[in-house]
Amino acid sequence: MLSNQEVAEELLGKFGDQVFDFEEPYGMLTLSTTREQIIPVLDYLNKHKNYQINFLTDLTGVHYPDNTDKEFAVVYHAHSFIHNFRIRIKVFIAEADIHIPTATVLYASANWMERETYDFYGILFDGHPNLVRILNIEEMDYFPMRKQYALEDATREDKIDALFGR
Amino acid sequence: MADIELLPHNVPTQSELPELIEELTTLNLGPTHPATHGIFQNILQMDGEKIVSGEQTIGYIHRAFEKIAERRPYYQLTTLTDRMNYCSSPINNFGWHMTMEKFLQIEVPKRAQYIRVIMMELARISDHLICNSILGVDSGAFSGFLYVMQKREDIYEIYEEVCGARLTTNMGRIGGMERDLSSTAIRKIREFITTFPPVLREFEKLMSRNRIFMDRVINVGPISLERALSYGFTGPNLRAAGLDYDVRVMNPYSSYEDFDFSIPIGQSGDTFDRYNVRIEEMWQSLKIVEQALENLPVGPYFADTPEYYLPAKKEVYSNMEALIYHFKIVMGEIDAPIGEVYHAVEGGNGELGFYMISDGGRAPYRLHFRRPSFIYYQAFPEMCKGSTLSDAILTMSSLNVIAGELDA
Repeated sequence: MLSNQEVAEELLGKFGDQVFDFEEPYGMLTLSTTREQIIPVLDYLNKHKNYQINFLTDLTGVHYPDNTDKEFAVVYHAHSFIHNFRIRIKVFIAEADIHIPTATVLYASANWMERETYDFYGILFDGHPNLVRILNIEEMDYFPMRKQYALEDATREDKIDALFGR
Repeated sequence: MADIELLPHNVPTQSELPELIEELTTLNLGPTHPATHGIFQNILQMDGEKIVSGEQTIGYIHRAFEKIAERRPYYQLTTLTDRMNYCSSPINNFGWHMTMEKFLQIEVPKRAQYIRVIMMELARISDHLICNSILGVDSGAFSGFLYVMQKREDIYEIYEEVCGARLTTNMGRIGGMERDLSSTAIRKIREFITTFPPVLREFEKLMSRNRIFMDRVINVGPISLERALSYGFTGPNLRAAGLDYDVRVMNPYSSYEDFDFSIPIGQSGDTFDRYNVRIEEMWQSLKIVEQALENLPVGPYFADTPEYYLPAKKEVYSNMEALIYHFKIVMGEIDAPIGEVYHAVEGGNGELGFYMISDGGRAPYRLHFRRPSFIYYQAFPEMCKGSTLSDAILTMSSLNVIAGELDA
């Protein structure tokens, strides 16, 4: 049984201050890294002889508009079937420079997940083989999951959100 | 005889032949094609009957669930999950409830957990039943589909008895079940347990060792374990490729550790293996349903979480506290704690994950669904490359791509 402590120490030993913000929400090891190091970190965990964290469960984005220079997060969930160990890795990037290297070099499954993240948030995955929208129409000129786009029509006056605690 | 005059043949010489143009045919498979069982498009480049390459277009029924989820209070999100894999809605419903329960650290009573297991396994049976019988239809065997459809109907009737709906079930609540299993529901489940095996056996007899069917599916659309893992396969499709990864066993939820069942795996990851894995999983699911019904614990069917579990109507009209909670829940005035959680369940198609971030408000700050179909469907062009169109149809059918789950 692999412990969070062990993996965290190993990563700290290997990547030093490039991995930070360690947490354990609901038991899952969560850490952040920089976009320069994300592929090396994923690769290291993947090729690690003992850990074998070689399954990319999920890849998605999050928008934090108030987080200056760290407006967007890309969140990776990886899994080791050998140890039944899950890890969550976050990379925060700035809206002004919304680039991150693609994980398709390691995982074929990252292809569509990155396209979806691009489609929703406009995060550009450098080196992606075909970074076009996947769920929304290609003509769409905004990224709908960003927080500035309210879900409902802002011109409506018959619904007063304040009355509903929103 | 000798008088027959042979007409001179005008055989053109090589240089006189019109130049042969080698070009590929573009074939649009979908968006609405009877054999795709859902709205998604494949633009195939065909060399005669062989597929050279394929390009997929999806998103035709994208309904922006993740965006909608950022506005709705937690208890209203269940209806979104129904509409993902609509062949096994209860699994999605309970997956979401369990995510919330993990997030709020609610301990659900054993009885509710067992009822959930029964419903989830029935859902798995109906999901696999559809997939395998449609695989038969796509390979030209229509009868099998007709033989088993009544059993799916029986499962839907059980849903109806438990929650009132058939397809988009909206079953259960955060904290447990909305009502206990009625005696009719228990009777119907018992009936199903006794009447389903002969039907499934008949279906197996019709298909599994049928030479024509075997010729159509063996070595069709194979994928190696290594590629399957790289493509993020989970569920029956991954198990057909040879890895026994099942969330129910590896990270047991809802008391799955109490039940005795095995995980079937295949070897070559082809359509026949996927078919066989699903057949065997139906038997295992039935075994789980039997065990759960037999050992159904007595006790409450919901947890004591007044902030999330709607009080009984009678209470609302007679008890001040219940009225307050009823109002707060319905108006969405309950603030959740701050945090993030990932929870996965074994859906009909594989690992169905919910990644939720809460900023302490009434609705999730971010909710992401890990939809198994969406992730593994991208392997389809690689799997059908070089095969014929008819084999590609079977490959797609056996992958069990559900459009609702694909697009979310």
